[in-house]
Amino acid sequence: MTELILKVIQPLAALLLAPMLLGIINRVKAKFAGRKGQPILQTYYDLWRLFHKGAVYSNTTSWIFRVAPIICFAAIILTLMIVPLAGGNRSVFSFSGDLILAAYFLGLMRFFIVIGALDTGSSFEGMGSSREVHFSALAEPALFIALAAMARQTSSISFSGIFSAVTPHMWAGGCATILLASAAMIIVLVTENARIPVDDPNTHLELTMIHEVMVLDNSGPDFGFILYGAAIKLWIFASILTGILLPINGLPFIISIPLSIISIFIVSIIVGVIESSIARLRLISVPNLLLTAISLAILSLVFALRS
Amino acid sequence: MWTDIVMVLLILTNMVVLGTSRLRACIRIVATQGVALGVLPLLIHSIETHILIFSIISIILKGVVFPYMLLRTLRQLNVWREDDPYVGYGMSLLAGPITLAFSYWVSTRLPMPFSIHSPMLIPVAFFTLIVGLFLIVSRKKALTQVLGYLVLENGIYAFGMAIANQQPMLIELGTLLDVFVGVFVMGIAIFHISRQFDHIDTDQLSALRD
Repeated sequence: MTELILKVIQPLAALLLAPMLLGIINRVKAKFAGRKGQPILQTYYDLWRLFHKGAVYSNTTSWIFRVAPIICFAAIILTLMIVPLAGGNRSVFSFSGDLILAAYFLGLMRFFIVIGALDTGSSFEGMGSSREVHFSALAEPALFIALAAMARQTSSISFSGIFSAVTPHMWAGGCATILLASAAMIIVLVTENARIPVDDPNTHLELTMIHEVMVLDNSGPDFGFILYGAAIKLWIFASILTGILLPINGLPFIISIPLSIISIFIVSIIVGVIESSIARLRLISVPNLLLTAISLAILSLVFALRS
Repeated sequence: MWTDIVMVLLILTNMVVLGTSRLRACIRIVATQGVALGVLPLLIHSIETHILIFSIISIILKGVVFPYMLLRTLRQLNVWREDDPYVGYGMSLLAGPITLAFSYWVSTRLPMPFSIHSPMLIPVAFFTLIVGLFLIVSRKKALTQVLGYLVLENGIYAFGMAIANQQPMLIELGTLLDVFVGVFVMGIAIFHISRQFDHIDTDQLSALRD
């Protein structure tokens, strides 16, 4: 029984708390700018409002546009089942190689957002899709190589195995691998969640935005699913980051689970600080940032292979 | 473990220097690297008076004096960016991991007659050394080449730290003095080059005629 509860904690916590991450990021940015800021629970109000609205579909769209948000949301929920909150056997599905499946669920989500955007026939959304695909094609190797380095370091190829193996002892021996992989993961997190310095979630300027432009035509519950999915995606990346960084897995779950939830919120505060202190990169220099992530991941793999 | 963290810091700063075009940021990063290296002898050896003094001298030189001199040169020259290096920034970033892998390979081929404090020290020292050389050959501005020289020296310093028990501190201090004089002279030379030719691009210097 306790086993089962432990396994569903991650999906439940993410579904309940993930929208708050966006609120916290906005609040941190508001504090930096000297504003009062919107309520921390704003995303919940937005979701409530969106799910009570009807959707508007343009005549040029086909069924692809209608199924895309639902498939995206389904894909992100399935990823949530795979990525555990802290170490131990705590994800709903866990098997050898589940990290590849999780990465491809995220890829599936991106693919459906992109073809949904292309289906509208708007050149504007086509532009956003092309940028999104360009950047994520560079972010994906960084994610995979960083995970491969951690897998090699911990000799296990599932998220639960990797997270469980991160202990103070492992830190003493392989802190180079862990630190470099986390540095790469932070850049991947920022890229995948369309945050500054790669993309600005608040902008509606046609020349600069990437993620926002792709979902311009979605409305009502469809947009609600996309927004909710985006919040959960941030939660998932934050839990991967805290999972490989925090050596808390020897602790009993009563301590380690609240600790990892708190550190996910700390990650969102860090994202807020990054957003307030760094300017958005020009589009042509974003690939350089992602190349840095790939190089860091390769460095981490080099260290993992050595030790 | 602390030594390893310093080594990771060294790798990260090397990567940043490889990937930035802003000279001021580069100077600051190299200064950070110098400070991190200055702490290294205290982590590797027991804290004794002469090691402490040595550490403080190198932190002051690399963390305060060099950046001050280079930033002053920068202000006098009014050059802020390395616009168009021989090897682009993306390629330089990819060269980083390849170089590190190579230095690992070299370090496995290099039998040490005594045990080394941390297995990361020798490869990372080599890595820093090669990155310094790479900066010198791949950048055009004279100032970035001076930075490359400093990174190169940091690599030598880290290598010296690894074998410091075998190497008298006097030699290290001598190297530091050399670097100090080198940076001092180079700062003045760069200033005069820019006075004379209105730029500090070294590739154009080879086209000089009487």
